[in-house]
Amino acid sequence: MKSKAQSMAGQKRRSTFVLNIVLFVLCTAWIIPTLGLLVSSVRNRDAINTSGWWSVLPHQAWTKTRSFDAPTGTGDGPITIEGVSATFEQFREGVTTPDGKRLKWEGNRRLGVIQVEEMQWTMDTNFTLANYERVLAPVDARVKETLRDGSVVENPGEDIGPAFINTVTVAVPATIIPILIAAFAAYAFAWMNFPGRKMLFAGVVALLVVPLQTAMIPMLRDFVGLQINGTFLAVWLAHTTFGLPLATYLLYNYISQLPRETLEAASIDGASHFTTFLRLVLPLSLPALASFAIFQFIWVWNDYLVGLIFLGGAPSVRIITQRLVDMVGTRGQDWQLLTAGAFISMLLPMSVFLALQRFFVRGLLAGSVKG
Amino acid sequence: MTRTATLRSANAANPGRLLLGLGLLVVVVLLMLQGFLVLRDGNLPKLANALLAIVWGVGGVAALYFTLNLVVESLNQRLRNFLQPFVFVGPAALLLIWFFIIPTFRTAALSLYDRNSEVFVGLENYITTFTDREMALAIRNNLLWMVFGTAFCVGMGLLVAVLADRSRFENLVKISIFLPMAISFVGAGVIWKFIFYYAPEGAPQIGLLNALVVSGGGQPQAWLALLQPWNNFFLILVLIWMQTGFCMVTFSAALKGVPEELLEAGRIDGASERRIFFGITIPYIQGTIVTVTTTILIFTLKVFDVVQAMTGGQFGTDVIGTQFYRQLFANRNFGAGSAIAVVLLIATIPIMVYNLRQMARQKTM
Repeated sequence: MKSKAQSMAGQKRRSTFVLNIVLFVLCTAWIIPTLGLLVSSVRNRDAINTSGWWSVLPHQAWTKTRSFDAPTGTGDGPITIEGVSATFEQFREGVTTPDGKRLKWEGNRRLGVIQVEEMQWTMDTNFTLANYERVLAPVDARVKETLRDGSVVENPGEDIGPAFINTVTVAVPATIIPILIAAFAAYAFAWMNFPGRKMLFAGVVALLVVPLQTAMIPMLRDFVGLQINGTFLAVWLAHTTFGLPLATYLLYNYISQLPRETLEAASIDGASHFTTFLRLVLPLSLPALASFAIFQFIWVWNDYLVGLIFLGGAPSVRIITQRLVDMVGTRGQDWQLLTAGAFISMLLPMSVFLALQRFFVRGLLAGSVKG
Repeated sequence: MTRTATLRSANAANPGRLLLGLGLLVVVVLLMLQGFLVLRDGNLPKLANALLAIVWGVGGVAALYFTLNLVVESLNQRLRNFLQPFVFVGPAALLLIWFFIIPTFRTAALSLYDRNSEVFVGLENYITTFTDREMALAIRNNLLWMVFGTAFCVGMGLLVAVLADRSRFENLVKISIFLPMAISFVGAGVIWKFIFYYAPEGAPQIGLLNALVVSGGGQPQAWLALLQPWNNFFLILVLIWMQTGFCMVTFSAALKGVPEELLEAGRIDGASERRIFFGITIPYIQGTIVTVTTTILIFTLKVFDVVQAMTGGQFGTDVIGTQFYRQLFANRNFGAGSAIAVVLLIATIPIMVYNLRQMARQKTM
């Protein structure tokens, strides 16, 4: 009997172990892409182009241990160095000795150096912030870069700073304005009576799934007519409108669940709807407001299509996702710049997300589990 | 005494406050117009412009609500009770109707006109849309996205949620799977283009996938350019990487809502873990599964950024979203663009109807 219990406990422990291994593998697979980006963004151009980013991890590679001058006056036939015979061409490629060393002839036939290399555990930890420096520097800056052969070249900056500021300018009002408007509307739907209430709310629910492409063309025409196309105002209006259905729906779910007695008590005390809303409902709804705020902020920050259509591509208003797509077009092979630019674009939403993920998750759940 | 006085003043009209409110309203509107002109012709330095824009936008909206309400509250009770809800709901309704509902109908109308919206052409745009070879390819690809993208996101999300639920490291697991949600599709495009990067045979493979293939003795592949139609699946992989987290978190919360007694009853009856899962857990979280699936379905239907950022729709990876964008901006064909938008809209109608019926059934209103 006892032994059976023991074996069951052992089985349980084993299955927990297997479970954790599976989860570990999954998590590693999910983190590796982002990790690769981060690591690549702090390696210099030569390192990125000649070895994968994973060579920063401990791995075995040929490492130079010592060197000496190559023998001179050799003919076309085999040359013997350190007891190994091979032709000059073979030495140029690298010849492996029986004891596991590699001899490599650097330089030309007359004036050469023999490098003796051994397989050793190494890590490529030559990190640099130069990529970030260049990505952030203005276009007319001359950012110096030292190449592998020691020569120095000067490169123009990529100047993505303004695009970063533009994105802040877009994202902050495009987060706060829809929340404000949606909170007022959600309160009205939950606690006020007015003709057309049900129909309007059904409209909000219906709009939850309408693709924004459906509204884009006429909206664009209206904005052109109002002469606001290509301004921040246009993109705020667009984000506010596209964010409103979800915001109203989420906040309605929350605000309509507030205790009726609390709100009625306020109204008996003579508080108007406006005062009740401002003094009571808004503070009580803070968790819901915060979760939608994070959701909307990350959404707007990461948006590409809305910005592309309503802001256009003018450098003065270009947002960071647009700038990054431009860089992919013009700097397609310069991975050191693309990775640094991409990481800068991810910095803010990722920090907001990591710092406030509890609220973010709660906001998602309010929208999907109840709905 | 004071209480009665407040009540009386709350019931009757208050001409003084009405004047004040109207005056303030005019001032706010004028200030906003002035700010609008300054911003539109903005010659201010970048940061100052950004700050002004933020203050103008957020402050302006708040001030509008405040003054509008001041006006309404100075009216007599009957008028006030009638008008106040419209102050609260009005701005939202106005924006949604003006910029979302009316445009939807206008798009439907535009889709019946030619490329410059001048000549009525009937259903011609739809006929072209459905007979065009590129569009047929885009629709096929979109179906791949919707079927495989949704199936894998939902499946992986459920799997990870169930596994993580039994592990001590639940939070750690969740954060790492969830983190890609904070990344833009454009950023993810850079990340995955680098993973799929192709260098010719013999050159150092700096893309992770080709490095793995080569170290396993295979040939490096141009994953995104060749290998059609399989390249679509490499793009879908990016979506799975980004959206599994959303499914997982939602399922995880739903799983925690399954009552322990139900599961215990199943165990006492001697049901296996698998039977409990399919017989009790799955039916219990059915509603969540439907919501998550429809959310991802709509997401994959509208997919645009990831394709645009990674291939630009080349190499046979076009989807409806990129076709829409191309018709609108490269071809300047508003008729065809609108027709594609209407096709997208029609595809969402079943889900819309389902949501509305759910709402009516739950009597949330």
